[in-house]
Amino acid sequence: MEPATWLDHNHQLSLKEFPYIIRWRDDRCKRCGRCTAVCPVKAIEPGIQAQRIVYSEAPTPTPMVTKRIVHVVRQVTDINRYCTGCGTCTLVCPNEAIEPEYNPQHKFLHFKNKGGDAYKRGGRRNDPGTSTLDRLKFTRISMLTDPALDAGRHEFRIRTLLGRILPPEKLPLKDENGKLTLKNDTFIPPVREIYPIMIGSMSVGALSPPMWEGLAMGVAYLNEVMGMPVVMCTGEGGVPPRLLKSRFLKYFIIQIASGYFGWDEIIHALPHMVEDPCAIEIKYGQGAKPGDGGLLMAYKVLKLIANIRGVPMYVDLASPPTHQTKYSIEEAVAKMIQSMSMAWGFRVPVYPKISGTKTARAVLNNLARNPYAAALSIDGEDGGTGAAYNVSMDKMGHPIASNIRECYLDLVKQGKQNELPLIAAGGIGKKGNLAANAAALFMLGASAVSIGKYIMQAAADCFGDEMNRCNLCNTGRCPRGITTQDPKLYRRLDADKVAERVVEVFKAADTELKKIFAPMGRSTELPIGMSDGLSVDDKAIAERLQISYAC
Amino acid sequence: MCRLAAITSNEYFSPMENIVALETMKEGHDGSGMGLVLKDLNGEFRELKDYPILSGICSKDGYRKLEDYMQSLGFKEKHMWSPAIRPVKGIEKRDYYFAKVYQYPEEYLDKPWAEKEDLLMKTRIALRKLGEEDESIVVFSFYPDIITIKEVGDPLTLGEFFGLDKSNLKAKIIFAQGRQNTNYAINLYACHPFFIQGYCTMTNGENTAFVPIREFLMSRGFPGYIGYNSDSEVFTHILHYTRRQLGFPLTYYKDIITPLKDTEIEKRPDRDALRLLKASLRMLTIDGPNCVIGFTPDGTCFMVQDSKKLRPGVVGGVKGKYALMSEECGLDRAIPDRDRSKDVFPMKYDMVIVSPGAKEVKVWNQLHG
Repeated sequence: MEPATWLDHNHQLSLKEFPYIIRWRDDRCKRCGRCTAVCPVKAIEPGIQAQRIVYSEAPTPTPMVTKRIVHVVRQVTDINRYCTGCGTCTLVCPNEAIEPEYNPQHKFLHFKNKGGDAYKRGGRRNDPGTSTLDRLKFTRISMLTDPALDAGRHEFRIRTLLGRILPPEKLPLKDENGKLTLKNDTFIPPVREIYPIMIGSMSVGALSPPMWEGLAMGVAYLNEVMGMPVVMCTGEGGVPPRLLKSRFLKYFIIQIASGYFGWDEIIHALPHMVEDPCAIEIKYGQGAKPGDGGLLMAYKVLKLIANIRGVPMYVDLASPPTHQTKYSIEEAVAKMIQSMSMAWGFRVPVYPKISGTKTARAVLNNLARNPYAAALSIDGEDGGTGAAYNVSMDKMGHPIASNIRECYLDLVKQGKQNELPLIAAGGIGKKGNLAANAAALFMLGASAVSIGKYIMQAAADCFGDEMNRCNLCNTGRCPRGITTQDPKLYRRLDADKVAERVVEVFKAADTELKKIFAPMGRSTELPIGMSDGLSVDDKAIAERLQISYAC
Repeated sequence: MCRLAAITSNEYFSPMENIVALETMKEGHDGSGMGLVLKDLNGEFRELKDYPILSGICSKDGYRKLEDYMQSLGFKEKHMWSPAIRPVKGIEKRDYYFAKVYQYPEEYLDKPWAEKEDLLMKTRIALRKLGEEDESIVVFSFYPDIITIKEVGDPLTLGEFFGLDKSNLKAKIIFAQGRQNTNYAINLYACHPFFIQGYCTMTNGENTAFVPIREFLMSRGFPGYIGYNSDSEVFTHILHYTRRQLGFPLTYYKDIITPLKDTEIEKRPDRDALRLLKASLRMLTIDGPNCVIGFTPDGTCFMVQDSKKLRPGVVGGVKGKYALMSEECGLDRAIPDRDRSKDVFPMKYDMVIVSPGAKEVKVWNQLHG
């Protein structure tokens, strides 16, 4: 009988509990050590094994037994070093000897609370299912009763407006001999004409320097060379000082959130600005983690980040879940919008961003009555984040489709559907269908959409997915160099290549949008609220979204 | 493609002129209906120009309901015109076709015109609702000096059915539309031309931006913006909204439904206003393919095209009589003796405007303003 200590492995995890199991092939591995060196979580390590080998060298079978020590690559069973399935090992392996395999039977969440720490990660909701957006089809096709448009030949105007738009009845116009002219001294709220797909808020700090720079360069190129007025939100984390004083600032929406990081620098740069920013976004909530503030871990706060944010180096930067000055929407939000508007002399649109919620309509109705509110951005549950509790990401939040639809229909009831643009975010391009998801949201009532994860995946090859792959953004050990401040990691990312991909993504999406709009007979205006163009193969969804059911 | 035949003249003419023009333009099956709007009427109506005329169709039950309702409001019937119906094959006769002239209720006699106009519209809507469920009452217009006739069937046959060839019903502006059979459920309220408070339009082509436009109009808080059995009714309401509600000059109708590109706006002298219009009224942008023909209360007629000019359309004639047609053969039929070299085929930037009394034709170019 063996001693009890040999059998008693209670309280040790087996690999079967882990979400990804490393498939390592002894016969292919040349023991170069690249995989173990590159693994961001040290889930694999070199090891040695004693092997019993039976061999025969004589002309006739003469089995002989020997024992030898061999080098192996081994997956550890420490829950803190679980394999995230990122696949960086596979990427660097010269012999295709190693790859992580998803284990559908895993019990990861049962154990990922060591020391009483609830599981925190980056990424998005781990739900690989098909979202409502991906179920929507464009079913109103012009063909013979009316000529369809030609996506390649006709002129398309794929633009939208960001800013408070005056209702026609209140336009300060007068008729002078058959020509309309402006009445003097009337305030006209600032309105920007932008491309309807925006890059959503991702901060300097959350993103590595080459990632942020790559996005910014891509956006500038799209505007200045391609003639596509794509804008990007800075996220909460300030703006690089040189950008603040450059003419490129007009392509950026500056975000202010509950930590006000970087705002001292921004306000001080005001007299030196040569251009106004595109807009100011006040972040009240984030779709991926409703009710949670931001957190930039101390080890990400290097000199550059500290300077931009106006904080000491190497301290945790926590943004509270809510603005500390906020005690009511009527009072504080209005004041915040007013203050930000005033800072730029009422020349810049200011709008709030909230997470998708059942209470979105209450917020909307408040904003609809505030003539300075320039838009409402709603971030659905499928949005992404750099760091949050797993429970917030997986279980909190509201899907974007019905949230945006009910808000739009509420505006329609009030006749304000063109006054307060709705920006939809959260899960656009989840399955790669960027243009289709965006177009569906326009037809449900969004004036614009905002993307984050999609652009990280498409432009910088982010490994993350809805099977909890990688999702290491919060650790500062992003294997792609996207969400890290470690130069050893971010040097893997080429800012120029990111910029090039951003341009490619938008150019292709533009073509796809045309391919959607052309057969639907729409080219001169974005088909906002054109709900008759949509169908879905689910009656309950059709009823909820007030679109047709088709099967 | 639906066919459009509008004629404006300084002399009275019969609606049969429009109907034969429609017939000339006919291609293939065409039995979905015809609509006629006559403005500036002749005959017995000449003496009744100040009194509103209710045009519609009723069943026997509906007729009684209508009379009771009008009496309850205090409207007194002064005169009634009915077409001399001749049974023809293919047209199912309904009980009553009528154009009734009323005296305003006493309390409205001295009210300003705008209030009278609103009373007329609200009364028409109430009658429509009264008879909508059982289709016992169908009312098309209730307005001074306007008669509307609509029915399902081939236009020429309908002309015969209504006895228009022998009738003395004439007018100085007549709009006629023949619907092609692209709609399955034929509803009389879906027949063009559409009329609201002195403004009238008819259109061909499908309106792909219909739903957002309809929602925008319905949310303006104006009770007349209802119906929309046809996606083309919004063209009439946009015209009404532009001119009557917003008080903008007529040419801005074109700027609203087919706004210029930003670079083009910069070259217009009224660019500051246009920029605001384009943003505030972007929900009313049409995408075509549409040719829109309309008239305004003063008798101005016009034709505009969608921004890609996907439909035909022509305006031509002689001083004192012009026709606005969806196809040239219709114009040849309506006004054969004209200088064809002066025919105007409006392109995407043009708005062809025929002044009241068909005195002159002007082409307003949107690029130059």
